[in-house]
Amino acid sequence: MTNLLSIHTIRFIVLILVQVLLLSHVNFMGYINPYPYILFIILFPIKNNRMAFILLSFLLGFSIDLFLDSGGIHAAAALTIAFIRPAALKFSFGAVYEHQTIKFSTSDFGQRITYISILTVIHHFVLFSFEIFNFSKILLVLKNTLFSSIFTILLCLLITIIFSGSNKK
Amino acid sequence: MQQIVNFILRNKTFLLFVLLLFISVMLTIQSNSYHRSRFINSANFLSGGVYNTSNNISDYFGLREQNKLLQEENSQLKAILFNTNKNADSTYTDSVNFTNHYKFTAAQVIRNSYASTNNILLLNKGKNDNIKQDFGVVSSKGIIGIIEKTDSNFATVLSILNTTSSISALVKKSNHFGDLKWDGNSPEFIQLTEIPKIASVATGDTIITSGRSTIFPKGIPIGTISNFKLDIAENYYEIEVALFNDMTNIEHVYIIENEDKKLIEKLLDNND
Repeated sequence: MTNLLSIHTIRFIVLILVQVLLLSHVNFMGYINPYPYILFIILFPIKNNRMAFILLSFLLGFSIDLFLDSGGIHAAAALTIAFIRPAALKFSFGAVYEHQTIKFSTSDFGQRITYISILTVIHHFVLFSFEIFNFSKILLVLKNTLFSSIFTILLCLLITIIFSGSNKK
Repeated sequence: MQQIVNFILRNKTFLLFVLLLFISVMLTIQSNSYHRSRFINSANFLSGGVYNTSNNISDYFGLREQNKLLQEENSQLKAILFNTNKNADSTYTDSVNFTNHYKFTAAQVIRNSYASTNNILLLNKGKNDNIKQDFGVVSSKGIIGIIEKTDSNFATVLSILNTTSSISALVKKSNHFGDLKWDGNSPEFIQLTEIPKIASVATGDTIITSGRSTIFPKGIPIGTISNFKLDIAENYYEIEVALFNDMTNIEHVYIIENEDKKLIEKLLDNND
């Protein structure tokens, strides 16, 4: 249990630092940045207290906001995907997830992509809607969501594949 | 009563979600209004310290370029210094000299940002260096923004690349002034509005600060006109200004303090 706890604490801190020091300055083609800090939410153990999970997600987004001076946009986006994660899990892995049989590293690759994509796209949509905060610029929101999502999904998949060996539980 | 408690217990996750969402939306709205109390900002010891450390390392990669910039500025300043001979002409009035009323403090940008719609920079000077809200920030090439929040050692800057910022600017040739705003599209261009139709503008004209606010002195370069057209009502020009500054690469900046600011504000208050 302590091992599991420390893994998630370290992941929480490392993801925030990597995000604010490195990945928020990528600015690929001028404006495209990946936000793979949501891996914390994606990989959080399923069998856990939902209240604590939602609070932690809020804290994660809030810390990112603190560094990036972005008001509360990351907090809102992270919170939203934390809240709808059960639905996303059910949609991509079927009803089995409730029996705690699936392990992320052993699950089907297609299902994993679906799961990550759903959460990423929703996260980015909420994020950019709040950032731009203007209904007349909905096209800009959608454009940013699309390009950043592709970037984030690729990066998330890469990270999960690379670290799947060391993160066996 | 029992039912209310039951309801809260049953929906506690949802209620927590709504509560936290409300908090984050409030924070977002607050950050969208100019100069209001931004609760969380990066000018605190934690994020400021982290950025300072990372900047200490990344500084070295841009040293050559920054040295070149500083050298260029030095030669410019030397040229001004040696070319002005104040005693030669008694009718000579120096309109560029603001050393008597403006105090300059050198600072370093430890976090730059230009890709979002509301960009905010972080400087390594703060209250300890007597930096306060509403001081102007310029680089050797032009304006950068306005100080927003300060901590003991750090200060955040509302960049000109921020859709909530608005700066008074002047067409140097014709002396018509307007509002400088950013539409959030490109970090190389900024928009100048409210230049009346009768003003004669041409591409390539220089835009400078107007000195109408107490923040920037008059005559700080901003950019050149790259494109212009009349707005829908055909009363004002909408002008696209190409910035002199490369906002994606700024390192050494100067913070301007207007020492007459209190005096001017007092005078204005008395008139109201």
